[in-house]
Amino acid sequence: MRPDRLGALLSAAGAAALFTLPFVVFKANRIVPGTPHALSDLLPAWAAFSCYALLLAVAVVALCVANPRLRLLAALAGVAVVALAVAAAGNALTPPDNKVVRVAPGAAWWILMVCLGLLGTDAITRLRPGPGRRVLLLAVALGVALLALAHGTFDHLSIMREYAVNATRFAHEGARHVALAAGSLGAALVAGLPLGILCYRVPRLRAAVLGMLNLIQTIPGIALFGMLMAPLGALAAAVPLAAQLGIRGIGAAPAVVALFLYSLLPIVANTVAGLRRVPRVTVDAAQGMGMTSAEVLTRIELPLALPVILTGVRIALVQNIGLVTVAALIGGGGLGTFVFQGIGQTAIDLVLLGAIPIVVLAFSAAVVLDALVEVMQRAPA
Amino acid sequence: MITIENLTKRYGATTVVDSVSMQIPRNSLTVIVGTSGSGKSTLLRMVNRLVEPSSGRVLLDGSDTRAQPAHLLRRRIGYAIQGHGLFPHRTVAENIATVPRLLGWDAARIAARVTELLEAFALDPASFAGQFPHQLSGGQQQRVGVARALAAGPQLLLMDEPFGALDPIIRAKAQDDLLDIRRRFGTTIVLVTHDMDEAFRLGDHVAVMSGGRMLQYGPPAQLLTRPADPMVSRMTGLADRAMRLLSLSTAGEAALPGTVDGPQVPASATLRDVLSELMWRGVDAACVTDADGTARGHLTVAAILARGRP
Repeated sequence: MRPDRLGALLSAAGAAALFTLPFVVFKANRIVPGTPHALSDLLPAWAAFSCYALLLAVAVVALCVANPRLRLLAALAGVAVVALAVAAAGNALTPPDNKVVRVAPGAAWWILMVCLGLLGTDAITRLRPGPGRRVLLLAVALGVALLALAHGTFDHLSIMREYAVNATRFAHEGARHVALAAGSLGAALVAGLPLGILCYRVPRLRAAVLGMLNLIQTIPGIALFGMLMAPLGALAAAVPLAAQLGIRGIGAAPAVVALFLYSLLPIVANTVAGLRRVPRVTVDAAQGMGMTSAEVLTRIELPLALPVILTGVRIALVQNIGLVTVAALIGGGGLGTFVFQGIGQTAIDLVLLGAIPIVVLAFSAAVVLDALVEVMQRAPA
Repeated sequence: MITIENLTKRYGATTVVDSVSMQIPRNSLTVIVGTSGSGKSTLLRMVNRLVEPSSGRVLLDGSDTRAQPAHLLRRRIGYAIQGHGLFPHRTVAENIATVPRLLGWDAARIAARVTELLEAFALDPASFAGQFPHQLSGGQQQRVGVARALAAGPQLLLMDEPFGALDPIIRAKAQDDLLDIRRRFGTTIVLVTHDMDEAFRLGDHVAVMSGGRMLQYGPPAQLLTRPADPMVSRMTGLADRAMRLLSLSTAGEAALPGTVDGPQVPASATLRDVLSELMWRGVDAACVTDADGTARGHLTVAAILARGRP
C-alpha cells in the first residue's frame, strides 16, 4: 500500500525537529538567554526511550493506517506524551523551591505539537463528525487541558510560572476580553439586524451602507482606535454625563466603539445576503395567503435567513476576539495586556500567556458557531 | 360573484392591464390565458391586491375589495402559484395550517382540517404530515400547495400557472385532481395559464388576454366558433380547431336516441375520443353507455363530424 502523504510529511517534520532542535530551553531567570536541551538529556533512559517508541508508533500510524479513528487516537496519544514529557522535563530541571529558573518548551516541542495537531484535525476532517460531536470533542479537549492545568501538571513550565504571578489579573483580563468581544458583538447585533433588514428593503440604501461599512473594515485596528480617541475625548470633556458613564478618549469606550463598527459589516452584509437568498416565490406565497409584512419577516424571511446571519455572527465574534487584543494598547484591557507587557519586557512567556488563551477562545467560538450554523441549515432550503 | 370593473394597472408609461371588465360567476372555473407579458398574472394579482390597481375596482359578492385591509382580504382567498411556494422550514402540516393559524383557529380544528385535506389529496396524513417540502416529489409538493390554499375553506381560489413546473403526465393528473377538488369543495376558481390546451381542458369560461387587453371572454366553444379577434383564433390554433371543438363535448351530451350494434363508449368520453375510437375500429357507429353500463343512445361518425363545424 502507498504511504499516506500528509502522514509522511508530518512524521518527517516531527522527527527532524525532535532530533535537531531543542525540546526545552532552560533559563536561570526570566530575562537571560537560555540553554537548549534535547529530550534524551532530561528524562531517565527508560522514560526517554518510551517517548521515542510511542512517537515512532504514532508516525507509523500516520504513515500506514487509513482508518481515521485510529489516526485521531494516535494523534491524541502523541499530544499527551509530548505534553507530559515537557512537564516531566520542567520538573527535572527545576531545583526544589526555586521560583526563579524558567523552563520553556523549545522549538522541537512546538513543531511536534503542530504536527500532531495537524494529524488530529486531518483525522477529524476525515471522520466528518456531526455538529454535536464536534462541540463535544472540543469540550472534552478543553476539559482535559483545564484539569491538567488545575492539577499542577505543568506548574514548573515558564508560562505557568508567569500565570502563577499574574493569576488574579489573568482572570480579570480574561473576563474583560470576553466581555469586550461579546458586548460589542451584542451591540452590533442590536443595531445591525434592523439595519440589514432596512438595507434589504431599500436597495438604494444598501449600496451606501455596505460601501461605508466596507470602508471602515479597511481601516487598520490601531488606526481606528486612534481616530476614535479625539472625538470621544472631546465628548467626555463637553458632556459631563458621558464622562460619568465612563466614556473617555482612552480605555474601554473607543475599544467598544471600534469593535462595534468592525462587527457591523459581517452582520449587516450577511443579514442582507440571507434575506436575498429567501426565494421570491416563498415570500409571494406568504403575502398571497394574507401575512402582514411583519409576519412575513418574522415567520418566513428571518427563519430562512438565520443560517447566513449566524455565519456573519461567527465571523464578527472570531474577528472581535482577535481585535480586542489590540485594545490593550489604548487602555481597553483584555488578554492583550499580557501580550504587550511581555513584548515590552522581552518576556516571551508573558506574551504566550496572553496569546494562547486568545487563540483557544477564537478557535472555540468558531467551532461552536459553525456547529450552530450547521444545525440551523438542517431545516433545509 | 366577482365583478371586475375597468381594472387598469400602469407602471410609469407602460400599461400592463388595460381597462379590463368581466363578471366571474360563482362556482365557475375561469381560465385566463395569454402569452407572457399579456398582463394575465397582474390581473389575477389585482383580485387579491398583491398588486394594487391604478384605476378600476374589484367587487367580491358586491363589496369592494378595498373595504378591508389587504392581508385580511387575502386570508379569505386561496392562492396557489407555480413552483408551489411552500415554506421550506415548515412541515407539510404546518404549511397547510398557515391560513387557519393566521385566522386564529384552535389547534384541534386545525389538526382536523389538515388531516381532511391531506386525505382529500391522497396524501397519507400519518406519513406526510411531518415531512418537509424538499422530501416530497414535484407532484406531491404541488398538491400540498393547493391543499394549503384551500385550508381555510375559501370561496375563491386564485391559481397562477399552478401546473407550470410539472412534467406532462403529472400535470394531466394534477388537472384531473383539480376538477375533482372543485366538485368536492364547490370553490370558485380563477386560473392563469399560458397553455391553451390547459385552458380548454379545465375552463368552463376562458378569457384570452393580449397586450394588457381582454380580447374575448366566454365559454371555450365560443372562442372557436365566434372568435372576437383574429388574435384569438391564432392563439386557439386554426389547424386543429375542429378537433378542439369536438373535445369540448361529451358523448353523453351528443348522443342520438336509440341503440345500434357497435362498440360501447362511456357517456363521459369526449367526441374527439369517440371519433378516434371509431376510426381505429373502422366502424361507423358506437353505443353510448352510462357508468353503470345501461345504454343511453348512440353516435355516428356523421353526427360527430357535424358537431365539429361552427
